Amino acid sequence: MTNGWIDIKNTDMMLIMGGNPAENHPCGFKWPVEAKKTRNAKMIVVDPRFTRTASVADMFLQIRAGSDIAFLGGLINYAIQNNRIAWDYVKNYTNAPFIVRQDFKLPDDGVFSGFDATTQVYDKASWNYEAGGNVGPKTEATGQAPGASSGAAATGGKSSAATTGEQHKAGESVTQFEQKRGEAKGGQPQPAGASKEKTQGGQGSLGGGHQAAGGPGASGQGGPNPPPTLPPNVAYDLSLQHPRCVFQLLKQHYSRYTPEMVERITGIPKDQFLKAADLFTSIRKDGDMKKAGTIIYAVGWTQHTFGTQIIRTAAMLQLLLGNVGRAGGGVNALRGHSNIQGATDMGGVFDILPGYLKMPNPTDTDLATFLKRTTPTASKPSEWDSYNYWSNTPKFMVSFLKAMFGDAAKKENDFAFHYLPKIDRRYSWVEMWDRMYKGEVKGHIAFGMNGVMIGPNSQKNIEALKKAEWLVVCEVFPDETSEFWRSPGITKDEMANIKTVVYRLPGAGFAEKDGTFVNSARWLQWKYVALPPPGQAKVDQEILARIFLKVRELYKAEGGKFPDPILNASWSYSNPLNPPLAEVAKEINGRALADITDEKTGQVVKAGQQLPGFAWCRDDGTTMCGNWLYSGSWTEAGAQSQRRGTEDPSGLGIYPNWGWSWPANRRVMYNRASCDPSGKPWDASRAQVWWNETQQKWVGNDVPDFKVDSPPRDHMGPFIMNPEGVGRLFAPLAAFAEGPFPEHYEPIESPIANPLHPQQSNNPVVKKFTTDMDKYGTPDQGFNVICTTYRLTEHYHYWTKNNPMIVQLVPEPFVEIPEELAKELGIAGGEKVRVSNPRAQYVAKAMVTKRIKPMTIDGKKTYQIGIPIHWGYRGIAEDEGKTALDPTNLLSPTVMDPNAYTPEYKGFLVKLEKA
Amino acid sequence: MDVQRTLEIRSISGHPGTVPGRGVKRELEVAKYIDVTTCIGCKACEVACVEWNDHPFRETTFDNTYQTMPTTEWNYYNLIKFVEHQRDDGNLMWLMRKDQCMHCEEPGCLYACPADGAIVQYTNGIVDFQQENCIGCQYCVSGCPFDIPKFNPATKKVYKCTLCSDRVGAGLEPACIKSCPTGCLHFGTKDEMKALAEARAEQLRNDPLFPMPNAGVYDPQSIGGTHVIYVLHDATKPELYGGLPANPQIPPSYTFWKYILKPIGLFIAMMGLLAMFFHYIFIGPKVPQPEPPAREEEL
Repeated sequence: MTNGWIDIKNTDMMLIMGGNPAENHPCGFKWPVEAKKTRNAKMIVVDPRFTRTASVADMFLQIRAGSDIAFLGGLINYAIQNNRIAWDYVKNYTNAPFIVRQDFKLPDDGVFSGFDATTQVYDKASWNYEAGGNVGPKTEATGQAPGASSGAAATGGKSSAATTGEQHKAGESVTQFEQKRGEAKGGQPQPAGASKEKTQGGQGSLGGGHQAAGGPGASGQGGPNPPPTLPPNVAYDLSLQHPRCVFQLLKQHYSRYTPEMVERITGIPKDQFLKAADLFTSIRKDGDMKKAGTIIYAVGWTQHTFGTQIIRTAAMLQLLLGNVGRAGGGVNALRGHSNIQGATDMGGVFDILPGYLKMPNPTDTDLATFLKRTTPTASKPSEWDSYNYWSNTPKFMVSFLKAMFGDAAKKENDFAFHYLPKIDRRYSWVEMWDRMYKGEVKGHIAFGMNGVMIGPNSQKNIEALKKAEWLVVCEVFPDETSEFWRSPGITKDEMANIKTVVYRLPGAGFAEKDGTFVNSARWLQWKYVALPPPGQAKVDQEILARIFLKVRELYKAEGGKFPDPILNASWSYSNPLNPPLAEVAKEINGRALADITDEKTGQVVKAGQQLPGFAWCRDDGTTMCGNWLYSGSWTEAGAQSQRRGTEDPSGLGIYPNWGWSWPANRRVMYNRASCDPSGKPWDASRAQVWWNETQQKWVGNDVPDFKVDSPPRDHMGPFIMNPEGVGRLFAPLAAFAEGPFPEHYEPIESPIANPLHPQQSNNPVVKKFTTDMDKYGTPDQGFNVICTTYRLTEHYHYWTKNNPMIVQLVPEPFVEIPEELAKELGIAGGEKVRVSNPRAQYVAKAMVTKRIKPMTIDGKKTYQIGIPIHWGYRGIAEDEGKTALDPTNLLSPTVMDPNAYTPEYKGFLVKLEKA
Repeated sequence: MDVQRTLEIRSISGHPGTVPGRGVKRELEVAKYIDVTTCIGCKACEVACVEWNDHPFRETTFDNTYQTMPTTEWNYYNLIKFVEHQRDDGNLMWLMRKDQCMHCEEPGCLYACPADGAIVQYTNGIVDFQQENCIGCQYCVSGCPFDIPKFNPATKKVYKCTLCSDRVGAGLEPACIKSCPTGCLHFGTKDEMKALAEARAEQLRNDPLFPMPNAGVYDPQSIGGTHVIYVLHDATKPELYGGLPANPQIPPSYTFWKYILKPIGLFIAMMGLLAMFFHYIFIGPKVPQPEPPAREEEL
C-alpha cells in the first residue's frame, strides 16, 4: 500500500477492483466502512462476481475476468475527455510534459516499437525520453495560451490537433512554474547530484522504484552493448501540447478505449461504465483538488499474464487524478498473508535482495560493475531537481554485504560481493517447477508452502515431485505436497515406482513464534509467543539454523566447489542453533561498526550502536544493515515494532507511535505530493506534511517523504525513488517487459480475439511452457466458460481444512455457477458438476447463484464461473471421505506475468458439465 | 458506600472510536444494534459465539449457500442469514443478517413457559434461559415469533442466545460484538443504540447520490420492541432478510392462555375448591351409606 489500512477512512471515493477485501481482509475492511459512515464516501466495486465486498458497495459492475486494463484505460480516457485531471499535479509531479523519442511507436497493431516477433523480446531503446530541456512555448512574459503555438513545430514533430479542455489550466501552470524557475535561478540552484549526499535521518522511501536499466527480466539478455540509459537533461513541454510529450501520447493511446470498446472487451454495458467513470472521476470535477480517491486491489489484478500492467494502469489513473501521496488516496495493494509484505521486503523473491536491491547477474564481474548497473543517475529537465534516492544503492548494498559476511567482507575483497550468487536465468515459481518436471531440479524444501496446491497446473507439480530425488516439507499439518505420492487417481503401481525421499519436519504455528509481521500498510508489528510448539515441533529459525550449521560442517569437512560464502557467513547469535529473533531483527536494522558522524549535525553513532535509520548506512564498510528499508525499526531506543502508542494527534489515523512503518516510520508514501507545488496541502483539513518557510524545512503530521530542506522553488519531484523525481505515466526503457503504456491483452485462454488487435491477442512477450504437461484450451475445443479462482473469508488457504470450527462454517468445495447457465445445463444447487479443460477435471457441488450473470463479450454470450481454492486431498472432511479430493489448481494454466512471474490463476477457460 | 461490583472497560488498545459497552450500567436497558447495511457476513460473530459458549461443533453440509446452516441450533445461537435478492430495478442485493435471539420486551418464550424459573427477564432487558429449571416441554419454541429457542434431545433442555448475560453482567460487551471486524455490531443502552441506528438510517435515506428511501430501524413494537435492533436497507420489507417478521406476534394461544384462559381456569379451579370447602362445612363429609338390602327377587 502507498497509504495504509487506517488511512482509507480519509477517502472520499473508493474503487475496489481485483480484490475482495470484505472476503479476504475483513478486519481491514472496517476502514472502507468507516469512510462510508463518517465521510459518506462512495464505493465502486468491479469484480467478475457480486462479492461480499459488493454487498456493501454503492455501485457494482460485473467485469469479465482479465479485462481490467480495458476498464481502467477507459477510465483514463474518460478523465481526459471530461477534463477530470489534476493539471498542476500532472504537470509538476509526473512525466506528462516529458518528450519521448521520435522512433517510439504506440501499439495500434498490438506491439510497441522494437518488437522482435521471433524471440518475443523487445528492443527497448526507443522507449526513452528525448534530451533537450524546455521545448514548450515560452509564455512567461505574456501568459498567452499555450495551445495556439504548440512546441510541435519547433521540434519538427508532426503537428497534432491538440484541442482539449486542458489549455486554460495549462497556461496557468506554465506561468506558475516559470516563475518558480526564475526564483531558483536567482537563488542557489543545487548542482545536480548534490542532493545525493548527506541524507538526513528519516528520509527517502521506496515505491515503484523501477530503475531505468537492468530490470530482472532483462538480465541475461544484456549482450555486449551497454544498456541504454535515460538522458540527464530531459526535453519537456509544460503546455503538454507537444505531439510527442508523454501526455499527448497517453491521450492518443487511451483514446482507443472508448466506452463502446470497454463494453465489447469487459462486458460492462456502456451506460453502467459511464456512470462509474463519472462517479470515480467526480472527485476532480471543476478542477477541485480537495477530494481524494483511493484504488484498492489484491491478487485479482496480479494473477494475470499482464497483472503488473493492470496495477500500473491504476497507478497512472491515480497520478492523473492527483491521488497519489495523499491521505485517502493512493494505490493500495492488499497483501494476502499476514507477512507477505515482510517476505517481499526481505527478498523472498528470486530476483531481489533484501530492501529491493537488485540481484547480481553474471555480467556483474565485480562490485563496481554491479553498482554501476544498478545505481540510477538522475534524469529530468535540468531546471528541476531530483532526489534520486536510489543513488544511495552503494551504501545499502555494502551495508547488506557486511551484514551477510561480517568481517569477511572487506574493502580489499569487494566486500565479499563475489560470494553472492549471480542469477543466470529466472528462478521464478513456475519455472522452478518446470525445471523439476524436466529433471533439472533435484530437490525441494517446502517451508510453510504447499506447492502442489498452489499450482498452477497442480498435476505438473505432482509429476515434478515424482521426478525429484528428495523433498523436505516443514508444516504444521500433513499436507498435499508431502503426500503428493497419494494424489487422486494414482495407482498402487505408480505409487510403488516413486523414488522421491520425503522428509517431514514438524514446524511451529504462527502463535508459537515471535518476531514481526509486516502488514499491507508496511507496519512492522512485533508479536509474542502464545504457546510453545508442541512435541518435537520447532520454530522456523531453529530448523533453518540446524540445517545451515550442518551444511556448513559438511563444507568444512569436505571442501566443496565454493565453500567460502557458507564458511564466512556471519552467524554471531547468542544461540547459534536457535537464533533469537530479536537478535536477527537488530541485525536487520543494522549497527555501526566504527564511530560514524553526521557531517551536518555532528551527531555521532558509536561503534556497536544500532543505526538510527538508513540515512546512516555507509559504503565504506563502517556500517552493517541487513535491510536498509527496515533500518530504524530497532534502534538504541529499542524495538520500534513493539511500540503500542495509541495517540493520533492529527486525527488522520497516522498513529505515529504504534509499531513502526517502513520507510522511516512514514505512513503515507510520496506525501510531498499531498501539497501543491508551493508546499501547501491540497486539502487543509487533511494536512499531512507542508513546507515551513520560517524553519526552511518540510514538517507535518507524518514523516515527510522528501528531502526535508528542499524548498518548493527548487522543484524537486515528490517521487524520489524515480531518477526523474516524478511519477511515471510513461515507464521508460526496461521498467516493464511489454511496454511503457499498459495495453489490453487477452488472457492466454480467452473466449474472444482481442478487439483492439485480433492479430496480437495475447501479451506479446508471454511465452507458454512447452512440456507435455503444459496444455492450453481454446473456445473451438469447447472450452468456452471463463473460470476464476479465489479464497473465502471462512478458510485460509489449505490448512484451515484441518480446523473443525472452520470446516463447520464451510464444509465442502463448490463451484459457483450463474443461474442461467445452471438452467441451460439442467444443474440444480448441490448437484455435482465437472469442470474440465485440457489439463484436468475437477468435480465438486454446484452453488447456483444470482451473483454471477451471463455477459455479452464482443457480441458473444459468455458465462463465468468461480471456484474457491481451499480443498485438496488432506483435511478433516477429505480424510473422512466426505469431499471431492481435487485441488482447484489442477485447472489453472502454466503461464505467468512477464514482470512479476505470477501465474494466471484468474480467467482461464473450462467446460462445465453435470457430473 | 456504593462500591462498583463489576469491571468495566475504560480503554482498549488499538481499538478505534469509543469503547464498546462503555457506560453500560446494569440498571439500564441494554441493546445490540446491528447495521445490516455494513455486515459483510464474515461469520466472526458465529465463531465468537461458539467459542465463548464452548459449544461442540456441528456437522454441516453444503446447501447451495454461504449460510453455515439453515437455522440457529441449540449449540449455534448466532447465524448469519444470506439472501440473494434481485431488486425490481435490476440491481442485486446480497443481504446478510445476523440472526439470534431478539430479547423481546414482551418475550413470547417466557409467556409460554410453564416451568417456574426456566426463563427470566432481567431489568436490563436480557431474556435468559435457566436450563436447570427447564422441563423440556418446548412451549417456548412455539411461543417465539423468531424461531429462536432450540431443543437439545440429548439433555432434553432448550437453549438460545443469552446476549452473553455472563459477560454483560461483568461489564463486558457480548462476544459477537467484540469480534465484529467492520463495526456493524454495536452494544450499549437501548436509548443510545436507537439513536445510533436512527442516525444511520437517516444517513441512508438522505444519501445525495444513492438514497435508500425505505431504510429504517427494526424494533418491532408489536412485542414492545426488542433488545436487538437492526438497520435495514428496506425496513418496509423485513421478510426479505431471511424471514424477519414485519409484525411479530406471540401466538394468541399463549397470550390467551396466560391472560385469559389461565386466570379463568385458575378461578374455576378455585371456585371448585371453594365449593368443596363450603359443601364440607354445610353439608358435612361424605358418610358411608348402609348397603341397601338385596331384594330377593332380583337374585
